Amino acid sequence: MTEILVTDQLRKGFGGVQALDGVDFHINKGEIVSVIGPNGAGKTSFFNTITGYFRPDSGSILFNGLNIGGHHPHEITELGIARTFQNVRLFPNMTVLENVMVSQHCRTSTGIFGTLLNTRGFRREEAEIEERAKEILSFFGQRLKGYRWDQPAFVLSYANRRRLEIARAMATLPELLLLDEPTAGMNPRETLEMTELINRLRDERGLTIVVIEHEMRFVKEVSDRVVVLDHGVKISEGDYAKVSTDPDVIEAYLGRPAEAGNG
Amino acid sequence: MAIFVIVWGFVGAIALGMEGEGLTAEAWKQLIVSGIAQGSMYGLIALGYSMVYGVLGFINFAHGEVFMVGAIVGYFTADALFTVGLWESNFFIAIFLVIVASMLSSTFAAVLIEKIAYRPLRNAPRLIPLITSIGVSFFIQNAVLLLVGPAVRSYPSAPDWLREQRDILGFQISGTIVAVVVIAAVSMIGLWLFVERSVTGRAMRAVAEDKEIAALMGINVDRVIVMTFAVGGAMAGVAAILWGLLFRGVSYITGFLPGIKAFTAAVLGGIGNIVGAFFGGILLGLFEGIGPNVVLRGLAWQIPTALGITLVIAGGVVVFAGRALHRNGVVVLGAATILLGVAGILGWTVVIPGLSQLKDVVAFTALVLVLIFKPAGLFGEQLGAEDRA
Amino acid sequence: MTTDTMTAPTAPPRSRTDVDWSRVSRHGALAGLTLVFIASIGMVTILNARVLIDPWLTLGYLSLLWVPVFFGFTAASEVTPDGGVAPVKGERDLVAGMVTGALSGLYFTFFIVIIDRFDLTDIFSNLLPRLVELLTFGKSMGATAAIWIVGFAILGLVGGAAQVASPKVRRALSWAVAGVIIVALLEAVITDLSQGLHVEFITDFIYAPNGGLITGSAVILAAAFGAAGFQSSGKTLDQRRQERMSQPKEVLVRKNTIAAVLTILAVIFVPMVVGNLTNELFANVGLFVLMGLGLNIVVGSAGLLDLGYVAFFAVGAYTTAVLTSPLSPYWMPTLELNFLSWEGWLIVAIVLVMAAISGILVGTPVIRLRGDYLAIVTLGFGEIVRILFLSDWLAPYFGGAQGITNIPGASVGPIEISGTNSQAIFYLIAVFVGIAIYVAWRLQTSRTGRAWSALREDEDVAEAMGINTTAIKLTAFVTGAILASFAGMVFAVKVGSVFPASFKLLVSIIILVIVIVGGMGSIPGVIVGAVVLIGVLGGPTQPGLLQEFGQFKLLIYGALLVIMMLKRPEGLWPSMRRQRELHSDEMSQDAWLTGDPGTDLEEEDA
Repeated sequence: MTEILVTDQLRKGFGGVQALDGVDFHINKGEIVSVIGPNGAGKTSFFNTITGYFRPDSGSILFNGLNIGGHHPHEITELGIARTFQNVRLFPNMTVLENVMVSQHCRTSTGIFGTLLNTRGFRREEAEIEERAKEILSFFGQRLKGYRWDQPAFVLSYANRRRLEIARAMATLPELLLLDEPTAGMNPRETLEMTELINRLRDERGLTIVVIEHEMRFVKEVSDRVVVLDHGVKISEGDYAKVSTDPDVIEAYLGRPAEAGNG
Repeated sequence: MAIFVIVWGFVGAIALGMEGEGLTAEAWKQLIVSGIAQGSMYGLIALGYSMVYGVLGFINFAHGEVFMVGAIVGYFTADALFTVGLWESNFFIAIFLVIVASMLSSTFAAVLIEKIAYRPLRNAPRLIPLITSIGVSFFIQNAVLLLVGPAVRSYPSAPDWLREQRDILGFQISGTIVAVVVIAAVSMIGLWLFVERSVTGRAMRAVAEDKEIAALMGINVDRVIVMTFAVGGAMAGVAAILWGLLFRGVSYITGFLPGIKAFTAAVLGGIGNIVGAFFGGILLGLFEGIGPNVVLRGLAWQIPTALGITLVIAGGVVVFAGRALHRNGVVVLGAATILLGVAGILGWTVVIPGLSQLKDVVAFTALVLVLIFKPAGLFGEQLGAEDRA
Repeated sequence: MTTDTMTAPTAPPRSRTDVDWSRVSRHGALAGLTLVFIASIGMVTILNARVLIDPWLTLGYLSLLWVPVFFGFTAASEVTPDGGVAPVKGERDLVAGMVTGALSGLYFTFFIVIIDRFDLTDIFSNLLPRLVELLTFGKSMGATAAIWIVGFAILGLVGGAAQVASPKVRRALSWAVAGVIIVALLEAVITDLSQGLHVEFITDFIYAPNGGLITGSAVILAAAFGAAGFQSSGKTLDQRRQERMSQPKEVLVRKNTIAAVLTILAVIFVPMVVGNLTNELFANVGLFVLMGLGLNIVVGSAGLLDLGYVAFFAVGAYTTAVLTSPLSPYWMPTLELNFLSWEGWLIVAIVLVMAAISGILVGTPVIRLRGDYLAIVTLGFGEIVRILFLSDWLAPYFGGAQGITNIPGASVGPIEISGTNSQAIFYLIAVFVGIAIYVAWRLQTSRTGRAWSALREDEDVAEAMGINTTAIKLTAFVTGAILASFAGMVFAVKVGSVFPASFKLLVSIIILVIVIVGGMGSIPGVIVGAVVLIGVLGGPTQPGLLQEFGQFKLLIYGALLVIMMLKRPEGLWPSMRRQRELHSDEMSQDAWLTGDPGTDLEEEDA
């Protein structure tokens, strides 16, 4: 089993707040790992640091052996890490198809000359891009198909938007996919669909997936392993059963029962 | 590149001065004094830019024109008073009336602009009010041009007793300059007290911090914003009179350059930061006065070869260090040092004729440098929650 | 008659005669102020030279007459807070309009009395006796007052009536008025065209010898346009465009191709037919179209507000000047700009390279800045470049304030293209404009174009999707720079000399106005913008069709910029996407309301 992503004592602080305080994390190829923790634990900051939005203060991030700390976000995407966002951030005025086409930017290469001279290479690549976009969208069945392709993204329903976000991330042809609260705001049926979706992403597309989530039933269904963060550190790790009964984890979420005479 | 130029120039100027070819001490003093005076006016204007940016999050291009309007109205008032004879017989009353007229018109203009052009765009993406303010600026400039004509109008000169030179701390300063700096400082202090202590001032700071929450706290956001523009306009009005007293000539384009420079000052001091804006103004004024003469003239100095070689070596080391640390800034610094050294070895000098023409280049270069390298300003930005980039 | 209050949640039911007096007095005052302003800036006096309908209507008077109509209209309308119009029409609108008009006349008369009595020319340089003469028609004050008050009251009434009249009538009226005015204003072009086509008799018939339409033809035209207006379907431009866009693809492609072919034919043949002056006009418009397209890429596509754009124009012009003029002080060898020779292409290549270099130099530091700072920094750069070109320091290279003169024209083999041959110049510009349109168009629907759109929508997310935002911003910047430099090159050839005074900040702003008014990010929009603004009003130093507006065009540009931003930020001919971007709340609301099958409010069954 190859470790595809390893972080070692990852630290990142802002002013007085230490968002990440020495996070050790690893994930193997083909795994699905959930990252959970109370609000403010640093989960999204973790994603942001991995994907290059934040430069780590110290510690290392190794992706396939390469240290990616401090790289630009687009470089990291090019290397093969893609993500979705907690509050869905599509390109609202671009069509569904365009959203997925534009995400292939780093996998395509036609430059100005090809564009201007309308070379065969350019046309071929454009066709490829469109084909690939449609193929990726078809992963989601009928939901994002047909007439939907030409609709601006802002008319989509919430659940469809989340799916489009994932489609977009898939279009960057990643090895590692980071999903930030993919089921937030979904009803149970949609959550179930998402579970199937994520498993299919791993099985059919060979992706390794890290998921930040709050919905525990989902976490239980989907994860090979669960990592718990609190106050910027990992406080527990293991399969769902182990983690959900870990007293440290429970304390982090619910607090310790008050003991008489204790400060 | 710029650092290289500046350092060379500065050191060069001093060296030249020591060799007797540069500026005399007297000249330096004059430059410093006039720099401070000009700077305090920039500071007053900068307040308007700073406050509006702090509250609404965009650059009010039209603020320079607000300044200009005050200057023009002030001129007509002063001229009228002069004709009537009040200017000379009782200068204090006259100048008071002129200040009032100028402040009123600037404030009126600022508030009117806000109501017509900015309020409807309160929720638009940030570029739109910016573009609108460009349009407003353009419109006012040309409207004034068409209404009163292109001729430069000259304020009546200040009475002699004010203008005479005084000896302060070893500097020979004309009374007018003293008056300018004093009035500017007083206004600044008044404003600071207002913003820090008064209820409206607190409300303004609250709105600058977070508009929506302020509204939830019961603050009438619209009125506060109007107030912000009004205060900014009033300060510009004061600056307008000072400008009239010091430089005397005003016309429809009087607002353009000072506007841009004042904006630079506002950024230099930290946009949104009122105290910073004022000091930024002074700093900019100083730099504008000293800069061209110092920096550019000093480029004529030849760096001795020995020093040049040392610099090249030191620069090389710095570049390597910068590469290793992944810090681009250090690499650039090193490159600049190398260049300096090379220049010395090769015996380069740059003699620049016509320095006064380049005064504005220096100011614009300062603008560019500040915005690129220190957009947060020297004293720290104060932006609202939604405006933090 | 009872009212329908569904759309006016806060307006109480109104009867037909209930007039909102405070609104009327407010609008009357505003109208009066506008009238005073227009008179004080000298518009009336100067525009009086242009006769619209001989002998009684000049442009000067028209500039006053529209005011009561407009304000009468707005005073009578009742716009509810959410933008809907309360559908209560009736006598109250007429009364409102009339009183508004009368009030404005009253204020205006006060103004006339004052400027007649007191000499204010010291302060306001345009309040000359000539103005008084024009405004009083040479009659006594009492008569003047009566004329203005009653006259404006009637005009206000018309404005108010426009509220009440059926849409068809309203359209007929506005088409009639607009049509007559346009034909009157386009006199120069139309006569030129008719001379070229040897059908002068038409224009001799319509126009009076001293300019302007003769009354008879005005009436006929009014009737004709009015009838046309009555017949038309009254859809807004946007609706028509929507309809056009929703046609099947093959139909669209065919129509667009036909339109393109027609345009190309027009561009080729019309210049042969019209005279020098008109060709000069076309050439100026073309130059600004070229620069507008360039700025469009920078501002419209990549979202970078470059206020120093004129600097690239200057680079292109000066490069050409330095290379080709025998008088350029520093660069002694002179090259000949012959497009059929390698020398000519060498010049083009050098211009391109210089443009790219300057684009990279300016672009690299500013790329990381946020929007407004970027605007100011580029403004700074623009000014720095201009001052440097102007300075004595660099005069040995660039000629300082005297600039570089004696630039020989270009040539295509044996055919000379110089400033004196406006036809040739126009064709040269047209070629470059064609190239620019092609470039802009291809970039839009390409990988790069999509990346720019993503960049505009959400820069951080674009980065996350693997787009190197710095690189594509720079690409946009450099492309824009290159286009501007080509414009500079042609400009140098056309004018024959370059002076620093031609490269002021003013030019950048005017180009910005063109892009904004025409439509940010939209190619046809920019063309429309340039035609309308530069063609009609004129550029910074070039007169447009309406030369009388020379003094006022900057004022109008400023006002236009503000008005467009307030009312229609996407421009006159917007790209669909931009319109979506700027009105997305409204559009999604509309989609939701009309139950558009495009929206999925319910999940389809699995």
